[in-house]
Amino acid sequence: MRRHLGALVLVGPLALFVALFFLWPLATVMTQAVADSTVGQALPATSGAAPDWDRQSPPPEELKAALVEDLRNLDNRQLFGDIVRRLNSVQPGFRTLMGRTMTAISRADGPVDLSSVDRRWDDPVYWRAIVGVLAPYTDRHLLAALDLERDGAGAIVPIPAGESANRTILLRTFWVAAVVTVACAVIGLPYAMLVASVGGWLRQILLAAILLPLWTSLLVRTAAWYILLQDRGLINDALRSVGLIDAPLPLLFNRAGVVIAMTHVLLPLMVLPIYSVLVAIPKNLMPAAASLGAPPLRAFLRILLPLSFRGLLSGSLLVFMTAIGYYITPALIGGPQDQMISSIIAFYATGSANWGMAAALGVLLLAATMVLYIVYGWLSTDRTARA
Amino acid sequence: MKRKLLSATFAGAFAATLVLGAGGVSARDLTVVSWGGNYQDAQREIYFEPFSQEAGVPVLDEAWDGGYGILQAKMQAGNPNWDVVQVEAEELALGCADGLFEILDWDRIADQNDVLDSAVNECGVGAIVWSTAITYDGAVLAEGPASWADFWDTGKFPGKRSLRKGPKYTLEFALMADGVPVGEVYDVLRTPEGVDRAFAKLDELKADIIWWESGAQPLQLLASGQVVMTSAYNGRVTGINREEGRQFKVVWPGSIYAVDSWVILAGAENRDIAHDFIAFASRPENQSKLPQYVAYGLPNKEAAAMVQPEFVEELPTTPANMEEAIPLDVDFWVDNTEALTTRFNAWLAQ
Repeated sequence: MRRHLGALVLVGPLALFVALFFLWPLATVMTQAVADSTVGQALPATSGAAPDWDRQSPPPEELKAALVEDLRNLDNRQLFGDIVRRLNSVQPGFRTLMGRTMTAISRADGPVDLSSVDRRWDDPVYWRAIVGVLAPYTDRHLLAALDLERDGAGAIVPIPAGESANRTILLRTFWVAAVVTVACAVIGLPYAMLVASVGGWLRQILLAAILLPLWTSLLVRTAAWYILLQDRGLINDALRSVGLIDAPLPLLFNRAGVVIAMTHVLLPLMVLPIYSVLVAIPKNLMPAAASLGAPPLRAFLRILLPLSFRGLLSGSLLVFMTAIGYYITPALIGGPQDQMISSIIAFYATGSANWGMAAALGVLLLAATMVLYIVYGWLSTDRTARA
Repeated sequence: MKRKLLSATFAGAFAATLVLGAGGVSARDLTVVSWGGNYQDAQREIYFEPFSQEAGVPVLDEAWDGGYGILQAKMQAGNPNWDVVQVEAEELALGCADGLFEILDWDRIADQNDVLDSAVNECGVGAIVWSTAITYDGAVLAEGPASWADFWDTGKFPGKRSLRKGPKYTLEFALMADGVPVGEVYDVLRTPEGVDRAFAKLDELKADIIWWESGAQPLQLLASGQVVMTSAYNGRVTGINREEGRQFKVVWPGSIYAVDSWVILAGAENRDIAHDFIAFASRPENQSKLPQYVAYGLPNKEAAAMVQPEFVEELPTTPANMEEAIPLDVDFWVDNTEALTTRFNAWLAQ
């Protein structure tokens, strides 16, 4: 009993740390993606009057009066800002509209004729936007993250082509991450085998070659690739000086450059797990296979490869998960066709303070990662049982 | 017993957090945030350090890269650690409407009549006037582009071009290239057909554009020969010309200028001294020193008149440079940035 308690005390800080810095932020992000209570709480009278309107006809006077009343009672400028930002994200134009309306309301004491403040208030589109954000929860962000929206009748329909491309960008993100994972595996597996098979100072050097880049800033490594890959960069100059090419190879601002740079940056995450599995494999297995008559290739395929499979799997998972969140490398090395989903998330978060959209896209990435993790768990236990 | 111990552990951990947190709170120095690089180096020399000496208070300066979300998050988290921030016109409009910035006491800062109209705002005081314009390397192109139509003309000027990634500026430039007179650009852009027209014009050049994101990139692209012309911030162009002896040229017709302003974050700890700082940075004798470091226009009219003649030609506020330039329409962009950025990203991804 006492030992039990002691263990709990020791685990306590860790549990607290995990809860504070992992679970709580994660829960916050997930709530942000669906929570939408700001406007409804700040505009109680409007919320009360909204159900009486059919959303198609010109907005009734009661609704207009309710909005004026709510806005007049609003004394918190930052809350007002939250409302405006939310509304402008649904319907562009609310920024100037609300600014003008608020000025008019603060100047008048009695009722305010919204139509004379701005003609846009006669347009049901703006009122539909307001009524649409009164509910405390919304699926709008999650739908928009997948290029879907609700039409006037509430049915889920695709957003018109050309207005949003999150699906394309998400698929591209997964595709680039997959290509990088395969490239890392193709280079990383033989490399890890090489490291595991040599000893002494040679192994130290090979390991250092993998570890040193890992300890260098991501930005520095990406910038280095930028310099190497450009039209008058080291690679093109070298190829030209030996006469292999006449015009510079386009290596920068395209997919090839992104894959090259990302593969280099993420390679340590592939090599290290494989290496750690390989060094644990008894050294006498390969000679044993040979003594039983297996030629080297067959021994490799039947013994070494299956045994290193777990390392390969966890390396692939690490590389893939890290790659889908990449931002700096595609932004600097890639062209417009290579931008990944994190640049879109960054725009919503830092550019327009639309935390709902940023969170929804983040939740999608999280969901993809969870699915992969489950697949990984299933694959690795399956293998272990058989091995 | 078990529960008691557990709660004691939690309480202990919380207490430790509180104590540690409380230890960090003390009177903070005046913190001024600007755009970094050689611009902030100049500001340190002519504003931050002299002000610190005159007022006898330490001034801490930090750099940021813009982004309305950064300010909003800082305010939402409470107790922001910045006092004075230099913001772009759009952030000024958004932040002022959203209550992120203090309403300024102009009496303590400057006479509004001494300052350009576009530099006066209830939440902000203009710091610089800067411009985005076509830039090319005079050492490569003896006869460079003269308009956005030339920028689009890949027959006359073969090679890649580069533009700032995002709809702002890009759509305006596309319309100018399509023959819309400079004075009517925003009238056209306010209609859905105008936006379609801009994107259609961009389609023509799409394959030849490299998109840049931070202000140093376009000049690097130009210097390395990766592009033949680019849009760029005028201050950086003169900066690189002076420092590295380049001959980059700025094409003023069709350029778009905007005002950056000083603001004070709402509820800032050093609100009082922040007012004094902005007043100091707005004084003509201090402001007029800026162009010898960076070629940005000055909002204070008297300061603009005091600039040494050799620097005048490079400023966006010089009448000859302003003739066919237009101001950024902040109202248009605060309404439409989000919707048009989503569409722009979709267009890029196609």
